[in-house]
Amino acid sequence: MTNTDWPLWEVFVRSRRGLSHTHAGSLHAPDAELALRNARDLYTRRGEGVSIWVVPSSAITASSPDEKDPFFEPSADKPYRHPTFYEIPEGVKHL
Amino acid sequence: MATAAAQQTASTQAYGAQGAIGDTTAYQSVFDAAVAADERIEPRDWMPDAYRATLVRQIAQHAHSEIIGMQPEANWITRAPSLRRKAILMAKVQDEAGHGLYLYSAAETLGTGRDELLDKLHSGRQKYSSIFNYPTLTWADVGAIGWLVDGAAITNQVPLCRCSYGPYARAMVRICKEESFHQRQGYELLLALSKGTPEQHAMAQDAVDRWWWPSLMMFGPPDDESAHSAQSMAWKIKRHSNDELRQRFVDICVPQAESLGLTLPDPDLRWNEERGHHDFGPIDWTEFREVLKGNGPCNEQRITQRRKAHDEGAWVREAAAAHAAKHIGETGATRA
Amino acid sequence: MSTPETTAAPTASPIPRAAAIALGDDALVLSHRLGEWAGHAPVLEEEVALANIALDLLGQARVLLSLAGDEDELAYLREERAFRNLQLVEQPNGDFAHTIVRQLYFSTYQHLLYAELAAGGGPFAPLAAKAVKEVAYHRDHAEQWTLRLGDGTEESHARMLRACEALWRFTGELFQPVEGVEVDGKRMETAWLASVGEILRRATLSVPEGPRSGAWAAGAGRQGLHTESFGRMLAEMQHLHRSHPGASW
Repeated sequence: MTNTDWPLWEVFVRSRRGLSHTHAGSLHAPDAELALRNARDLYTRRGEGVSIWVVPSSAITASSPDEKDPFFEPSADKPYRHPTFYEIPEGVKHL
Repeated sequence: MATAAAQQTASTQAYGAQGAIGDTTAYQSVFDAAVAADERIEPRDWMPDAYRATLVRQIAQHAHSEIIGMQPEANWITRAPSLRRKAILMAKVQDEAGHGLYLYSAAETLGTGRDELLDKLHSGRQKYSSIFNYPTLTWADVGAIGWLVDGAAITNQVPLCRCSYGPYARAMVRICKEESFHQRQGYELLLALSKGTPEQHAMAQDAVDRWWWPSLMMFGPPDDESAHSAQSMAWKIKRHSNDELRQRFVDICVPQAESLGLTLPDPDLRWNEERGHHDFGPIDWTEFREVLKGNGPCNEQRITQRRKAHDEGAWVREAAAAHAAKHIGETGATRA
Repeated sequence: MSTPETTAAPTASPIPRAAAIALGDDALVLSHRLGEWAGHAPVLEEEVALANIALDLLGQARVLLSLAGDEDELAYLREERAFRNLQLVEQPNGDFAHTIVRQLYFSTYQHLLYAELAAGGGPFAPLAAKAVKEVAYHRDHAEQWTLRLGDGTEESHARMLRACEALWRFTGELFQPVEGVEVDGKRMETAWLASVGEILRRATLSVPEGPRSGAWAAGAGRQGLHTESFGRMLAEMQHLHRSHPGASW
């Protein structure tokens, strides 16, 4: 067995209450509990966080750049999903 | 290290490189267009092999520099002359370990595991910044490193925050933000010495005399001799030439040295009205090449200590891995 | 004159100087030892972790020593015999197992102590209220590593056993009364033995059976008697400061 058995973890930090967790970076740890502690020491030592998630990097399924067009382009031509699509007479308020 | 490959497989989900299946030219033009439009390249995008190799080499060298760079300063933690200075220095050396970690993470997104990179560092197949092969002989060297070495590093690094490779650029944003205190503490430290007793003043001047030229060498060889510069500029990994950054650094330092009450060891240093820059004397590139080749004052010592720490830590890393294998699925952490 | 960035809020009761020095010296000396790890840790993540603990302790030391006088005068200009730290904290780092066991023994003690001081409302209450959170993390760090190294490989288990035995004889001193520290030493000792014992058992390590104080040196750190390596540590720590009398840094 070698040290390389320490897997890679992705770290997500909630910077303050009311915000969602954001990807901060990655690190190595032998298990989830040490991953959490390493993340605390590494990514929040200047008071950057109030909550941390760690996820094994291998557990992430990512969309592929090759699927970029079928995945993301179809949503670009649906302007009626956005409020600016609609014309409202001037003077109408609270809408 | 059979495991680098295993690690790469493990991280394929998030980072895996896209193989160039089919038409490479089509991929190449998408890549070129993204770089031209100043968009970021992200881990799973197709990228030219040479771009990937250049990034791995540069990010690894940068990460190694942070880790080796801990040594000359850590050399003074146990002798820091006041508790305030001791706390500052410990926090700074700790940041360097942290910055190394951010950078190794960025390199891992390109499919090269940290163990593989450390192995290359330990066996001399990858370099770190030559500046750390100079010794810290007095306390004032801690100040000179902060002011000059970190100053030069910041001049180099700020443009990297806009580097075309996303994970590297993001790591640099974080690093630059955290490093802003490193340079200031060094300057403040030297100022205290410069304004202190005659012995302290002499100590500060001696340190600046020794660190000035090596700091200028940190920007790398002159543009016409720099092997990788042109391609890196085209890929927007690099944004300014070596000489351009070196000049910028000299112009910044001259008035700062004056405020410190210290001189810079260059008789040719003077303001050139016409150029709007300071002229400075010739750099001894023979020394630069010698240190790079391994003949600097501390090359052997630095790498030996790094290897020793790594080797002596092997049983700890193995034990933790063994424990994890025995206790898989027992974690008490919860979703929050 | 140097003052720490964080000073404890003024309290009504006068600060027992001897106690501030004893507790301040513990934190100062252990912080120094942990600082020696910089650049030598077994894995990069642990460089960051050990430095965090060292910085917490140095912060505590600066507040405590400043309650008793000038922090730098106290740290740099006292002779070895004037230091009142426990012998446990001055023990050399040894291997990572020794460092972890030293952390486990000390942080468990310090956590119990500061929890009691924070609750007691005496002169150390404001400092202890802040420090107890830091120390809880140190204790957790030591516990996590004790579990992994104790129940890791054969080698790590053997190293941990050696470290537990070697440092055991410095643990009796933890519960000697300190002038001005109003805690129930007997109760703390019982809680300490239970807590450390439980962690060692979970880590598949046995609780050492040897004496908890040396035949000759019992309780000596608090009276100014230290072990051999301490003089060398102080020589290194104080050398630069003492070479420039009266200088500011």
